[in-house]
Formats: sequence, C-alpha cells, structure tokens
Amino acid sequence: MKKYLFLLMALLLPLNAFAVTGDEVMKKSQAAFLYQGKDFKARVVMKLISKGGAERIRELTMLRKNYGEPGGDQKFFMYFFKPADVKDMTFMVYKYPAKDDDRWLFVPAINMVRRIAAQDKTSSFVGSDFTYEDVSGRDLQDDNHSIMKEEKLGGRDCYVVKSAPKAGDVDYSYKLSWVDKGNFLPLKEEYYDKRGELYKAFSADEVKNIKGFPTVTKKKMKNLQSGHSTEVSYIKSDYNIGVADSLFSERFLKQPPKKWIE
Amino acid sequence: MLAAMNNLFYRCHCEASASSSASCGETHEFRLNPARSCIYLLLFFLTLCFSSSIYAADVSIHGFVQGNYSAGIAKSNPDGGDFKWAEERVQLKLDANKDPFHLFLKTDAFYDHIDTKADIELREGYIDYTSEKWDLRAGRQVITWGVGDLIFINDVFPKDYEAFFSGRPLEYLKKGIDGVKIGLYPKIASFELIAIPIFEPNNYTDARRFYMFDPMPNVTNREERDPATNFENTELALRAYRDIAGLDTSIYFYRGFYRKPYMIPDNLSNTTKITFHYPKLSVYGASIQGRALDGVLSLEAGDYDSRQDRAGTDYTVPNSQTKVLIGYQRQLWEDFTAGVQYFTEYMHDYSEYKKAQPGGLPKDRKIGQLAAIRLTQLLMHQTLKLSFFSFYSISEGDYLMNPEIKYNFSDNLWAAVGGNIFGGGERWSQFGQLDKNDNVYLQVRYEF
Repeated sequence: MKKYLFLLMALLLPLNAFAVTGDEVMKKSQAAFLYQGKDFKARVVMKLISKGGAERIRELTMLRKNYGEPGGDQKFFMYFFKPADVKDMTFMVYKYPAKDDDRWLFVPAINMVRRIAAQDKTSSFVGSDFTYEDVSGRDLQDDNHSIMKEEKLGGRDCYVVKSAPKAGDVDYSYKLSWVDKGNFLPLKEEYYDKRGELYKAFSADEVKNIKGFPTVTKKKMKNLQSGHSTEVSYIKSDYNIGVADSLFSERFLKQPPKKWIE
Repeated sequence: MLAAMNNLFYRCHCEASASSSASCGETHEFRLNPARSCIYLLLFFLTLCFSSSIYAADVSIHGFVQGNYSAGIAKSNPDGGDFKWAEERVQLKLDANKDPFHLFLKTDAFYDHIDTKADIELREGYIDYTSEKWDLRAGRQVITWGVGDLIFINDVFPKDYEAFFSGRPLEYLKKGIDGVKIGLYPKIASFELIAIPIFEPNNYTDARRFYMFDPMPNVTNREERDPATNFENTELALRAYRDIAGLDTSIYFYRGFYRKPYMIPDNLSNTTKITFHYPKLSVYGASIQGRALDGVLSLEAGDYDSRQDRAGTDYTVPNSQTKVLIGYQRQLWEDFTAGVQYFTEYMHDYSEYKKAQPGGLPKDRKIGQLAAIRLTQLLMHQTLKLSFFSFYSISEGDYLMNPEIKYNFSDNLWAAVGGNIFGGGERWSQFGQLDKNDNVYLQVRYEF
C-alpha cells in the first residue's frame, strides 16, 4: 500500500513540484530587493557605457523610507552630485503600489520645485538602461508569475520565475528572474521582446551583508540590441538610519540637509 | 509670463533711455543704494564671520565657462548690428557649509562683444540659517513661485525678458531679489515670508538691439522713477503651502509694485518728456497642482489689485485684473512629454479704462487669452534633447516659437542651438511688435 501511495505522490509531484508559487517567490524577492529595513540610504554611482565604450557618470545619494508592509507605499529622495549640469538637483518620489507615483524635481538654477509627469513603465531613469520600474519596483499584480524551474546560478540555488505582463504596458513580452532561494534576491533577469528574443539582461554582480540585510551592491543592465549598458555600484549603504518623514518635503528638496545626502 | 506683460513694450521705454540713464538691465544691479549697500555690508560681515571658521567648514567650488551668441535672421538691429547677444561668461559657485549656516555665492564674469565691455555680476549671494522649525535666507536670491511654465501670475519676482528673447539659457530669465526670506514649518502648513527692501524692476529688450513698438518715438527725454527705498515701500510676499488630498496647494500674497514701467507723459497734446514709474500693486492668489488624467494638472489664479488706481480712471496706472491659468502635462511615450497651457486675464474696470486711455495709444483688450505648448523629446540616453515651445495669443493673434536642440557631448560639455521666431498680431502686440527680431542662438557650456 505504501508503495502505491509513494507512486501516486510521485505522479502528482510535477503538479505541485515547488513548495512555493511564482507569486510568493516574487513577493519575497520584491521585499528582499526593494523593501529591506525601515529605511535605506545609498551613495550610488551609475556608469552609462555606450556600445563603443564611452562612459558617462551619474552619481547620487538615494534615500528610501517604507510606509507599511513590503509591497506598500514608499518615499524616495535623491540628490545628484554628478554630472555637473545636474549637480544639486533633487528628486522626490512618493511611490504607491496601485496607482501612479507622485514625482517632484527641484531645479536649483531657478530655485523651482515642479511636479513632473512621467510614466514608470518605459521611462529610463536618468538616461540609464534601468527604467523607473527597475529602480523602484513594479507592481506584482501587473504580471502573471510562474516558476519555470529551479537551477544553480553561480553556486546559488535559484528559482527561475517567468513574469508575463497582463497588459502590454511595457517593452518586454516576458521576463525570467533567477531568484536566490536563500535570500530571495534577484541574481539575474532576462527580458524578452515581443518576438521572443532576449534583448535586455540584468545581473546582480555583488551581494553584501549590510546590518544583516543581504544587499545587491553592484548590478548591471545591458541592452543586447543597442549594446548600451549601465553599471550601478552602491559605494556606501546603510539601513535603519532613522530618516525623518519631514525630509520628503519641498523644504528639504530645496535645501537638502547635509547629514542625509553626504 | 508674457501675457502678464501684455502690451508692455510700448510702455516700456526703459530700453530707449538705456544710453542716457544707468537704470536698465545689468547696470541696474550696480546702482548704489543705501539699503542695498547695507545688505552687502551685512553679507560681507557675515561672510567674514563665516570665513574665520571656514577651515572647519565644508567648501566646494563649481561653475562653468560659456559662450552664448544670438544672431538676428530677419533684419539688422536698429543700431545696425547683427547680433542680439554675443558673450563669453565664467560662473563660479561657492558653497560653504558649517551647521547651522550655509553660504552661497554665484558670481558671473563676462565679456560682451556687442557693447565691448567686461563686467562682473553677483547673480546670487546669501547666507542660510537653518533650524528644525524655521530657516532664514538673507541676501541676493532667486525666488520662483507658481505652477505656470513661463506664464507667471503669482511669481511677482523680477524677470529678465531680454535674456529670454535673446536666446540665453533659461536660468537668466530669473533675476535675484535683494532681501530676506523666512521659512516657517509648523504642522499645519509651511510658510515663506519675504521682505524686499530694494525694488528691482524687470529687464526688457535693449532698443538698440530689438525693434519694439514705441507710441512716442520722437520724445527722447525720458526718465525712470523707481519707488524710493524706505520702510513703507518694502515689498512683502507671503506664501503658505501644504498638501491637501494629494494636491500641492499654495496661497500667495504680495504687496509691492508692478515691475514693468508705465509711462507718464508730461503733457498729452505736446509731450516733451516721459517719466516711467512702477505703480503700487497687491496680488492675492492661489495654485493647485496634482496628478490627474495620467499627467500633471495645474491651476493658478491671481487677483491684481492696482492700488494706485482702483477706479481704473488713471491711464498712467494699469487697471486691476484677474488672471487664471490652467496647465496640463503628460508623458505620451518614452522620453516624450507634452504640456499645454491656457491663460486668461480680465480687466476689472474696462469701461473706465476705455474712457481714460488717450487717443493714439493702442488699447488693451478687456479679456486677454494666451495658449502655450511645450513638447520635449529626449533621445540617445537623454543626452539629446529636442524641444519646442510656443506662445500663441488667442486674443491678439501673435505668437512666439522657440525650437531648440541640445546635446550633451560629455558629462561636462553641452551645446544648444535654437531660434526665437515672432510674428502675427499688431505692430504693438506683445510678440507681434518683435516680428523683426527673429534670431537663432547658440549656447555652449563647459561645467565643472
């Protein structure tokens, strides 16, 4: 009898082969990648590299604060150091999972704070290969997630999750994510275009433990069709530093406090 | 902005008198004025105090080297020249921080090829003091209010329209004020309170470089009369702002003066002298900006109370007005944003105005209407920017078009090429009178 039961289980196994669903993996992955800690601060250096190898540098301090559970509201504050023509600019985002974000930009040359209209989905972040969604996250409900397989990537056990957008609101038709089974960080992502060809690839190139939070401190996005790529390094990062709510205001967009942006 | 200065050029002979008086444009900033001198002295003193501990402060210097040239393409200038603007410029920005103080100096040195002169200009220079609940900024500073894109209702602070029409970078449209700003941040709302002891007018186009409508071209005896610098004439501006249901909401109050000059002929039937003055003005306004219709929607309104002539019977003083602006901006596809604006202004005592306005002078309309559009496309990883901005006056039929291409050659070097094209309307309407001043411009900047 036990033998038959075992056989039956073996037959059923492919149907629920994975202990978790694609949705759960992506939810945990989002929490690990974009929602760690109560707040987060990083000095970010972005290298935009053209096909020919020419580099442009974007350097900024990014502060993030969570409001509620992972997957909930967040506020972002960014201060730009480089390039010279955007130095002292600040940028603020109130991110809401189910609706469009609120965004403000401060232009120091004319001392003006302005709301800006920009769609997350396809807009490049400061001209890089990352979109706003890549930086601040995409709504999990916007995609159907399914686990395709499990495999090792660079010695780490990973889930490979396919995320297919429910609406055609993005440039890709689906995305494959290699999510570390241990810490749920995305180690690799592949974006496939409408013809099913791989056109954009993400890799997490360095993961460090910061205050106990595994953090991707080096990452890269390469556009395989244009040959352009963007490398991002967090040269300093920290969690739970007590970012005040008042930081996310017009007052501090205009006069960003040194202690937060340095 | 331009509607806000509807038909102002024929009133503004500031330019025409530029050669005979030192009251216009850049030179204006260097007029000696006791209050201004006091502020500089205070600033200098504070800087000295600051410098004594500067070794402990965090100091940075940045800036740029820039070439900026604009050539007329319709006709040579009134004085025969072909360039509306031609200069090289160096800007140095000094930032020094030592909590709770911050010192900022932005100084330009330039060489002007048209007037063949070199000069130095303090664009901004102030000290900040910051505490948790309030802060203070004293010195020369740029203040930008309101939600319009180049249409100003509650932004009552000085502008340099010559810079705008000559193809200079946009930041030169804004002139600094010499004053004190206090920020208060209680829970209920945030407040900006500004006191400006020294009046600073707008700067308009130079009559030697730009053709403009002049109703009395033969009267060369012209004089400008600024409001006297005294306690009573200190301009006050207050803005209170906060978030209301996800909308950025502001209310504004200003008590000061019109920044465009209005003419007073000595004798209407036989004018030998024109005096330009800046009538008293109060503005009460409000604005709302928020996310709507997949974009950003802006609303702004202001009530211009012309305090010197509330009845509207004095033709040397503008009539009181109500001004309203609606703007909408949306990203239509990747890196392409479109913005549209509609502006209208309504004159309060039009029948009195019509009666009082002397014959021979063009009359403003009771209701002025202006539309504006801005299209921006970024390409090549946002290093190439194509933009198009245009004003079209619905009431006058005149227009301004400003196409521009800007390319960032590297992280430090960019160049922009564009044009200003004017036309339509009447020979006295705001853009129509500039018809012969079409120009193409080049801006090249190396930033460090």
